[in-house]
This record gives sequence, C-alpha cells and structure tokens, in this order.
Amino acid sequence: MAVDSPFLPSRSKKTRLSSVIYLILMLVLFSSTVYAQELTPNVPTDNEVNAIAKQLYCPVCENTPLDVCPTQACSEWRELIREKLASGWDEKQIKAYFVDQFGDRVLATPPARGINWLVYIIPPLAFIFGGIILFRAFRTWKKPTDMGDKNLAQPSSDEYVNQLEEELRKL
Amino acid sequence: MMEGIETDTKTAESNRAPDSIRPRWGRTIAWLSVAALLAILFFGLLRTQQGPIGVGQKAPDFTFTSFDGNTYSLSELGGKVVLVNFWASWCKPCEQEAGDLELAWRAYQTRGDVVFLGLAWTDTERKSLEYLEKFDITYPNGPDLGTRISQTYRTTGVPETYIIDRNGILRSVKLSPFLSLDEIKASIDPLLNE
Repeated sequence: MAVDSPFLPSRSKKTRLSSVIYLILMLVLFSSTVYAQELTPNVPTDNEVNAIAKQLYCPVCENTPLDVCPTQACSEWRELIREKLASGWDEKQIKAYFVDQFGDRVLATPPARGINWLVYIIPPLAFIFGGIILFRAFRTWKKPTDMGDKNLAQPSSDEYVNQLEEELRKL
Repeated sequence: MMEGIETDTKTAESNRAPDSIRPRWGRTIAWLSVAALLAILFFGLLRTQQGPIGVGQKAPDFTFTSFDGNTYSLSELGGKVVLVNFWASWCKPCEQEAGDLELAWRAYQTRGDVVFLGLAWTDTERKSLEYLEKFDITYPNGPDLGTRISQTYRTTGVPETYIIDRNGILRSVKLSPFLSLDEIKASIDPLLNE
C-alpha cells in the first residue's frame, strides 16, 4: 500500500510540476523565437539580388552580366544590391542609383534617349526597308512563258548571230 | 476602237519620265541611311581606339565632390601642379602605389602649389572609404560619379595617373602603378621649376 510522504510528491503534485515546467519551457522558446525574429534583419536571397544584377553590367568586365561576373568588383556590386534591398529599396531605385554612380552604360537595356534611340529605331527600320526591297524584287520576277521559249527557239533575224550559233553548233 | 486604245497607251508612255531622270527616292534614302550608319560606326570605333588624351594637350576640366563633401574643380586650380589618380578598392595594382602617393602628397602638401586628387572608379563608397582608411590617404578623394571624368580622360583602366602643369597642360600620363616615391617625384619636380 502506498503511503503519501511529505518528501515525495504526490501524483497531482507531479502533474502540476511538469505542467509548470512545460509552460516555462514554452514561454522561453516562444520569447526566444520572437527575439530572434526581431534581431534577424530581412536578408535578401541570392535570387532576389541576381534578379536585379542580371540587368546590370560592370564597366570593368564588359559583356558579362553582373549576376555571373566572377570579379571582385562585381561581387562588391552584388553586395551593394543586397544592402539596398535590405534597406527597403526597390528595383527601380537600385537601378537609378547604379546609373547615377556609374553611368548609363551599366544598364543592360539602354535608356531611350539621345543617340541610344538608334538602337530602337535602326532594327525595325532595317526590317521594313528589307521587306520593301524583297517585295519589289519579287514583283519584277517573271515566269518564263511558252511564247518566250518559242521565241528563243526561232532563228534570229541578225545574220551575224545566226552565223555564230551555227558555228557553235559545229563545235 | 483599237486605234483609240493604242493612242492612249502611247500618250501614257510619252507622259512617263524616262528612268534616267526619274528621282529614285527610295534608293537615295536607303543609301543615305547606310552611309549615316557607317559614319556612326566609324566615329564610335575612332573614339574607342583613341586611347587616353595626349600629353601636351589642354587637360579637360572636371568637377567632383570628395567623400568628405568638398567640391574641387580643375579650372579653379590654375597655377598649381595637379596630380589626378584614378583608382579602385578592388584593384590590386592600385594598392602598390597607394602608400607612395600618400608619402608624395605629404612631402608636397606644405608647398601649397601641388594638389593631389584621387578619383574612385566604379567603386562602392563603403569599400572606397575602407581603402582610404587602410592606406591612411589624406589628399582629397571622391567618386567618379557616372564615370564621367574617366570617360572624358578616356581612361583604359586603373590605376592611371595624369599630371597637369601650372598652365593646365597635361604633361605626363602613367597607365600603370608608380613603383616608387622617387618615380612620382621625378614626374612632379621638373614642373615645379617651370
């Protein structure tokens, strides 16, 4: 027969104690999670950084987009994009900042102003002119007619040409 | 009836101008466009092949704001020998000359007739400031915003140093790092005696 001892906790006391410990543990865990969330800054992912980086080119390594450029300069630029994103800047603001700092040539798509307009005008114009030239060329092409073939077969009225053809036939 | 039609055809043919004198607008415009395109390509190529501005030419004027907020303009530095150094924090050869440039600056600073200007090329501000602190650089330095100054000077990379005499004439161009303090002094000292 079990005897309740003042030094041994009863079943109900045990349950209460474990409940309190469980509650304390939960509180500690919850508060630490919230605290950690408050301390951890909103760090942009590589994909978010690269989505902007691929629209930029570093003047040091021409023709290599920033997202795949392996140089230290480009790595620092990508880090700068990450910092700006973490500060709450959007894509437009970041691109404007890069243009301001390093010039228009960092943009993969040149802005449509000044001489840059040529990039947007020349290709469509070239297509249009090419189409017109082809259209005109096709129109001038003529299908050889039977009449034309017959005419070719008939002897020429020019004595010299007839003689020449006669000589050629002999060869 | 047939005679009437024949007469009309003849009239139409006689009204049409001969091919030799008819204006060929389409062809003219096409050739002009090709010529304009070639001209743009030619001048573009010419510009890229030019290299840095030549020694003996008037140094192009520029204005920049240093990292500490002061504004410097080359045209306002007339009567002084000016050394313009293009650099970047990611550029290892720039580190080779950074210490010597600072030593040279400290040697000339008290004279008052020599100015050193540093321009950070395609560099981030934080890294530039770290670089200046690392080499304890005290002469004015700032970003080449929009790479406008380097484009004006047609720089080909970093480091590059341009030394301008008291009359604003470019007297020497160094397209690689200075290898010693003596080399820097050898470029500046002759200009001080003129």
